[in-house]
Amino acid sequence: MPSDIRGDRLSPAEVESNFADLHPLLSKYEAYVEADRCYFCHDAPCVTACPTGIDIPLFIRQILTDNPSGSAKTILGANILGGMCARVCPTETLCEQACVRETAEQKPVRIGELQRYATDHLMAAGVHPFERAASTGRKVAVVGAGPAGISCAHRLSMLGHDVTIFEAKPKGGGLNEYGIAAYKAVDEFARRELDFVLAIGGIELKIGMALGRDVALDALIADYDAVFLGLGLGATNGLGIAGEQLEGVVDAVDFIEDLRQAPALEKVAVGRRVVVIGGGMTAIDAAVQSKLLGAEEVTLVYRRGADRMNASAYEQSLAKEKGVVLKHWARPEKIEAGADGKVAAISFMKTRDEDGKLVDTGERYTLEADMVLKAIGQAFTPAPLKGAKAEIALEGGRIKAGADRRTSHPKVWAGGDAVAGGEDLTVAAVEDGKQAALSIHAALTGA
Amino acid sequence: MANLQTNFLGIKSPNPFWLASAPPTDREVNVTRAFKAGWGGVVWKTLGEDPHVVNVNGPRYGAVHSNDRRLIGLNNIELITDRPLEVNLREIKAVKKAWPDRAIVVSLMVPCEEEAWKKILPLVEETGADGIELNFGCPHGMSERGMGAAVGQVPEYVEMVARWCKQNTRMPVIVKLTPNITDIRQPARAAKKGGADAVSLINTINSVMGVDLDIMAPSPHIDGKGTHGGYCGPAVKPIALSMVSEIARDPETKDLPISAIGGITTWRDAAEFMAMGAGTVQVCTAAMTYGFKIVEEMKSGLSDWMDGKGYSSIDQFVGRAVPNVTDWQYLNLNYVVKARIDQESCIKCGRCHIVCEDTSHQAIWAEKDGQRHFEVNDAECVGCNLCVSVCPVEGCITMEHLTEGVDARTGQPINPEYGNWTTHPNNPMRVAAE
Ligand SMILES: Cc1cc2nc3c(=O)[nH]c(=O)nc-3n(C[C@H](O)[C@H](O)[C@H](O)COP(=O)(O)OP(=O)(O)OC[C@H]3O[C@@H](n4cnc5c(N)ncnc54)[C@H](O)[C@@H]3O)c2cc1C
Ligand SMILES: Cc1cc2nc3c(=O)[nH]c(=O)nc-3n(C[C@H](O)[C@H](O)[C@H](O)COP(=O)(O)O)c2cc1C
Ligand code: SF4
Ligand code: SF4
Ligand code: SF4
Repeated sequence: MPSDIRGDRLSPAEVESNFADLHPLLSKYEAYVEADRCYFCHDAPCVTACPTGIDIPLFIRQILTDNPSGSAKTILGANILGGMCARVCPTETLCEQACVRETAEQKPVRIGELQRYATDHLMAAGVHPFERAASTGRKVAVVGAGPAGISCAHRLSMLGHDVTIFEAKPKGGGLNEYGIAAYKAVDEFARRELDFVLAIGGIELKIGMALGRDVALDALIADYDAVFLGLGLGATNGLGIAGEQLEGVVDAVDFIEDLRQAPALEKVAVGRRVVVIGGGMTAIDAAVQSKLLGAEEVTLVYRRGADRMNASAYEQSLAKEKGVVLKHWARPEKIEAGADGKVAAISFMKTRDEDGKLVDTGERYTLEADMVLKAIGQAFTPAPLKGAKAEIALEGGRIKAGADRRTSHPKVWAGGDAVAGGEDLTVAAVEDGKQAALSIHAALTGA
Repeated sequence: MANLQTNFLGIKSPNPFWLASAPPTDREVNVTRAFKAGWGGVVWKTLGEDPHVVNVNGPRYGAVHSNDRRLIGLNNIELITDRPLEVNLREIKAVKKAWPDRAIVVSLMVPCEEEAWKKILPLVEETGADGIELNFGCPHGMSERGMGAAVGQVPEYVEMVARWCKQNTRMPVIVKLTPNITDIRQPARAAKKGGADAVSLINTINSVMGVDLDIMAPSPHIDGKGTHGGYCGPAVKPIALSMVSEIARDPETKDLPISAIGGITTWRDAAEFMAMGAGTVQVCTAAMTYGFKIVEEMKSGLSDWMDGKGYSSIDQFVGRAVPNVTDWQYLNLNYVVKARIDQESCIKCGRCHIVCEDTSHQAIWAEKDGQRHFEVNDAECVGCNLCVSVCPVEGCITMEHLTEGVDARTGQPINPEYGNWTTHPNNPMRVAAE
């Protein structure tokens, strides 16, 4: 069967409805009823489970008492990207999993949706809620305008420092802008949120400025009082199998990036039969969005069992609900070309677990496919740091940083996906940025 | 199946559930619907002299809601009937004729002059109604005109009007009391002295529902101004229950029949009031919240509960809880309880800990072996029941009665004897123990 990768599989109206907001904004009444379910726990377990430590019982009580702006300030004071996190956090493994009502009745308070209710309310008013402290006269360079960089810059600005962000891409936002599934952040939320955050002032965003290409680490260290690196993960892991270079084999992150930037979603090209390799959030998002664009068959293949997938149980069930077929215990062996020289099929070796080790069973199967999306993980690219006099130590291929997010260099801090030992979540990146800013502030002011 | 029939002052009704004098009993059409739905009786919306009063044309009601919009309390500024006397009398007569097995009591409020009562009583008698209820309770509007609560707050007036009525009619006389008074026993005693056959209570409680912070006026408001209204509904039940119990256990009024009113919403509320001495119960807000159908739940619930307890008729349990209402000074100070947390059902919300820590006796630990764990420290627990009150899991914290050993808080051995304040060594006015 010839390759059939193209746009316009569905009408614009169908695509628009497929990509509608995953969890629409709660109405005021729904928010009251849900907020009323919160017990206002003491030393609440949900707060401990939130990487940014938002005072959840307090913000929920503020919703309940008809003070959604105050609620939003509670949220944003701990997590300036509280709006995006409300949309993208895997709450079922974070705050909501710790909620005592999960223990009580397997029905946690819908913290994420309440968080969105409050933050949307405040953002709709169009007023930035925080003021900058008196200027310290200090300058900090932030590299990368992803969640880590934005969070760091905002906190530094609040504390009175002047910040310059260097961002390689044509838009700020990092994966909020380029990676998050489209139905989680509709209506250009990433851009609107970035504008909202920058409205505090004192932050200059320099677009199209790549570290290692347009600006050097040594120069930043020399020109600024401190440097924060929020570079994210620049590379993706390859499958390392035959046929990987064929037309039709695509990196899932590239596919999603194109989709996120497409002026008209229905024009995004997708195969008729899509196979996604991987078991994380990226794999799920790529598979679901392929299906929503109109791919007829979408199969996600993961080499281990469902319980080992990085994507949460909720994400997995979402994929199934959207019509994605999830297959486990198989690893890709070979991608085959058809008569047109493009991808036509991909064959798998079945696997099983033997005392914790993944072994082949010897059994094989083949799936027909005209598009193969690779989502088997991303990797940090140390290239932008190379050649600098300042040495930044790595650990397991990512930047090594302490609890205060300071690197091996005393003037350089780092956070987000680029740092070793993190969770690779938006909310974790925001916390890193905040902690780094507090540490930088302490270092610069002795406070 | 238990027999729900009631005989109150000789007024028979198939069940003890009456509708209180209020909008649900304002007109023939409402009362007919109520009887069709199964209510045992009604107290007709209060009649007055012609020319009839008028009501406001703006909002009459204000409400307190829970966050899921359950109505918890209702307030109103409605007056007595706003229809001509003759119309009401004609309708009462027609309904009584059509529903001879149901109780129809007529609520009355006329000026505090004997002539006024002498004039209206024969008119009511003529309808064939079963009895009258004197509305000495309405706290708004009518009281400004020297009626309603203005009479109910002066025991001498209560006695006087009750006497006039007893002297001028053969019908049983029920005096409806206002709760807007310091000691409810005073007007109840006065009613009895005046010869009243029974009291009913409570009427509504003076209240302002809220303040509109935009226009800086009470809410709801009428053209920017608000006035206090009468509060009723589930929120007032505990107040009504206390007042009923005070009358039921007062030596001077303990034999005075009571028709209980105030927040009755379910069969259980009704059973509680009856255990506290009420021969019938009257309902207003619950009907105004859900419609007349709720009486089905009330009847079946009361009947099933009576079956379960082995009561075959109402009089077998009316007043059974009254002997156990006492004064604080007679409570057993040797009765020691300690809170116990069931670790299986505890969901670790920490509420018991923080309220005890912040506002009580620092008697609940929040940690054990480095883990989040809530446990009671007997050495501090005074058995106050606050933790039980705030715990979101029903039955998770219970109070254990210590019958032996030592109270870890006081270091004193548990005393199995009854001992109260009147003989307590700390009481300067103690009486010598026998
Ligand atoms: C497809 C996909 C879906 C995801 N979905 C979710 C989700 O639903 N929920 C969730 O919590 N997390 C999700 N994640 C993870 C989440 O997006 C990341 O953990 C988070 O964005 C990390 O933030 P960061 O700031 O560290 O990195 P990034 O968001 O990657 O931002 C890094 C920024 O640095 C810039 N940069 C890189 N190199 C240079 C350079 N040399 N010079 C200048 N600028 C540079 C980049 O252009 C980018 O703007 C998803 C990730 C992917 C890939
Ligand atoms: C709108 C409204 C009007 C009322 N009108 C009267 C009345 O005319 N006469 C009277 O005796 N009580 C009147 N009441 C008081 C009720 O009969 C009853 O005593 C009170 O509402 C408490 O009972 P509940 O909690 O079941 O509502 C009225 C109550 C309401 C809500
Ligand atoms: S754990 Fe659940 S109930 Fe407790 S404060 Fe957090 S959201 Fe509220
Ligand atoms: S009964 Fe209630 S809803 Fe109907 S007109 Fe009167 S106030 Fe309005
Ligand atoms: S209030 Fe109840 S559920 Fe919460 S910690 Fe205490 S005992 Fe456990």
